Amino acid sequence: MDEQYILQLKNISKEYFGNKVLKEVNLNVKAGEIHALVGENGAGKSTLMNIIFGMPVIHSTGGYTGEIIFDGKTVDIKSPKDALDLGIGMVHQEFMLLPGFTITENIKLNREITKHNPVSRILGDIMKSLDIKAMRKDAKEDLQKLGMDIDEWLPIQGLPVGYMQFVEIAREIDKKNIRLLVFDEPTAVLTESEAEKLLEAMKKISSQGIAILFITHRLDEVLSVSDSITIMRDGEQVSHMNTKDATLAKIAELMVGRKIERVVHEIRESKNNNEIIMTIKNLKVNMPGEEVKGLDLEVKKGEILGIGGLAGQGKIGIANGIMGLYKSSGEVYLGNTKLELNNTRKAIENKLAFVSEDRRGVGLLLDTSIEMNIVITSMQVQNRFLKSLFGIKLFNIKDDKAIRSWALKMIKDLDIRCTGPTQLTRRLSGGNQQKVCIARALTLEPEILFVSEPTRGIDIGAKKLVLDLLVKLNRELGVTIVMTSSELGELRSICDRIAIIYDGKLEGILNPTDSDADFGLMMAGKYGAKEVV
Amino acid sequence: MKEFWKRITDKYGYPKVLITIFLIILCIIAVIQQQNLPGLLKDSLVRIGMNGVLVLAMVPSINSGTGLNFGLSIGILCGILAGCISIELKLTGMTALIAAILMSIPFSVIAGYLYGLLLNRVKGDEMTVGTYMGFSIVSLMCIGWLLLPFQSPDMIWAIGGKGLRTTIALADKFGKVLDDFLSFNVLGEPVPTGSLLFFGLMCVIVWLFFKTKTGVAMIAAGDNAKFAAANGINVNQQRVIGTILSMVLGGIGIVIYAQSFGFFQLYTGPLMMPFMAVSAVLIGGASAKKANIANVVSGTTLFFALLAISLPVINKMMPEGNLSEVIRIIVTYGVILYALTKVGGDN
Repeated sequence: MDEQYILQLKNISKEYFGNKVLKEVNLNVKAGEIHALVGENGAGKSTLMNIIFGMPVIHSTGGYTGEIIFDGKTVDIKSPKDALDLGIGMVHQEFMLLPGFTITENIKLNREITKHNPVSRILGDIMKSLDIKAMRKDAKEDLQKLGMDIDEWLPIQGLPVGYMQFVEIAREIDKKNIRLLVFDEPTAVLTESEAEKLLEAMKKISSQGIAILFITHRLDEVLSVSDSITIMRDGEQVSHMNTKDATLAKIAELMVGRKIERVVHEIRESKNNNEIIMTIKNLKVNMPGEEVKGLDLEVKKGEILGIGGLAGQGKIGIANGIMGLYKSSGEVYLGNTKLELNNTRKAIENKLAFVSEDRRGVGLLLDTSIEMNIVITSMQVQNRFLKSLFGIKLFNIKDDKAIRSWALKMIKDLDIRCTGPTQLTRRLSGGNQQKVCIARALTLEPEILFVSEPTRGIDIGAKKLVLDLLVKLNRELGVTIVMTSSELGELRSICDRIAIIYDGKLEGILNPTDSDADFGLMMAGKYGAKEVV
Repeated sequence: MKEFWKRITDKYGYPKVLITIFLIILCIIAVIQQQNLPGLLKDSLVRIGMNGVLVLAMVPSINSGTGLNFGLSIGILCGILAGCISIELKLTGMTALIAAILMSIPFSVIAGYLYGLLLNRVKGDEMTVGTYMGFSIVSLMCIGWLLLPFQSPDMIWAIGGKGLRTTIALADKFGKVLDDFLSFNVLGEPVPTGSLLFFGLMCVIVWLFFKTKTGVAMIAAGDNAKFAAANGINVNQQRVIGTILSMVLGGIGIVIYAQSFGFFQLYTGPLMMPFMAVSAVLIGGASAKKANIANVVSGTTLFFALLAISLPVINKMMPEGNLSEVIRIIVTYGVILYALTKVGGDN
């Protein structure tokens, strides 16, 4: 039986600094099949691909355990070059093409066909000239295999995005030894008709005996083109099935499903509380990669509202847009007053606070002390922690004593593990850095606290502490919390309601106790389709 | 020993450690050569007082995120212009000095504001743009010095009577007024008390500034612009304020420099002056992203003591040629080169 598989992964495990990201994963890809690999963000798909391609990041972090069998032989892939030599190709999400070169030149890059000329006959192969004619012929054939009818001598620059993707694929299938092609979310940047064309091309490629490993979020594509499906979740392979046995709901459920540890058990009274603290109308945020395209949402006073969705659908953009970090338009009302957009200062003055998802980039001054990190926003916007110098009113300097005592209180209240308030935040662990960010937000005494990806890059123990802290703030201080997270599990563990964002818009609002299938379908943007099926 | 070396270089940085070692070696040689040690010490102090404020001018620009102010020559030109006006007004002594300082400020504020707007348009390339901006303005002012309608016979060319001279002597204007202020003798050599006190005063003012709300905002904007923006700080405004402050200090700095030196050097005189200040603050342990008053004081002391002592010592070792000048150039540009390779190198 084994011989028919082109690629077999057996018990692959991988740790990053003690954090298990892949646990005993098995994957079997037959020759000539389209094998879909689906899973949420962070399920371990990219890490698995990095292992198959022998990316340096794997080996510089201690390698992996398990066995890779390619074409019946156990192989040890140490570098991307090894992978290429074996016949594994990759179609990248970002186009790795030279814009100034023609399609042919891009396809044939570094594999140019050469011919002898008078000089090369004397000076050797290095002086051979390009056989443009043969190269163009090859390129034309490759493009035709994909069902593309385009002049192969056009420059890449100015081609529609969809075409670039095809050129990238053509380059891969031009390699004569190619046996397995990996498509990493190839349709993410394509329009619907382009995506359809791509899927057709994939079928054509697989019919020529090349196996395809297809990584995607779009479940309908999986159902329409793949032969078999492997589903991953939290670094584990949770299921493998043939596509003919699969349904949309089944995949969605497996992708999301996990035991939910509900931190908050009591039924919230605030559910009955319908006072709206913030109304968002037709919000558009121009945040690259996380664009919001007209969102309507209401936030109730005193709740923890979760915002979920897959990466790139725009959930991250919401808080960034309201806080004025990225250009936004639309209307945001706090109670009845309209909030001025694109003005961070105004947002903070209106009792909004934000804990950024980019903790080390936006969230902290890494080479500044914990205490200054905690008080700086309050000092700048609310003029707190200042005292006059020599009794002159106009001349205010920072009040070191007040800063110190407040920082010590915060360190104690939030249990920030550090050597003292003057320690640089760079030296803190991820969880403690996050607590410093939260402490700064709290110092502003906000009414609404936006928290983005609060547990990203934090180890498991600290994750729970951060989540518990958010619940505590909500219950004891009455802060309304809007938490954005890619981890559905953590949203479901503490939120009162969860808004799922798809394609920059609100797909729907669910209760944390709703079924896995509902969450899965909503995240895939197929919730509306459920009733129809 | 290896441990010790690593600890020291980690704490103080290579430039500071190496320059200190070099300085110590020079001092030892000076003793062996039986140089006039009190004289060398006095020369060092004079140079420190002379250049201190110019070095201090680097701090606001570095901390506001525009990097080392290679365009400081613009501020220097403002200071020279103010100095010339004070001479034109026939002022002398302390009055002339104070008038020059006060008059330089509005010029520097305007120049700094415009220059700051420019720097906000070339984010990431401030230091390159600043260098050439400084060169350009110095060259432009070469025309200016010829055309400005100054009349004082102490300043204009003796023959022809139009345009300012290349060097303007200050001996009977405000030369040495600060150096001689409260001056006293130690080991038979006068100490330039006034200049050192003034340098100290400026240091305290800048130090206090960085404790104010604006100062804190400026450091945040320079350290992490994204962070600052996310916390309601107007980054571009802070950069402009930092540039203005730097220019103002540059303008004041050159007036202090000139009173101690005894001359204003016009035309291409200010061309290379920013490099000395840049180099000094870097030796003090500043980087292109962070600087504080301690960096300024230690850097000024080390760099200018090195220059003051190397001159007689090396000239005695090798009387032919001007090796001490070569050393100055190697140290100045070597340190700048070293610091620039460190910019953004830790990612």
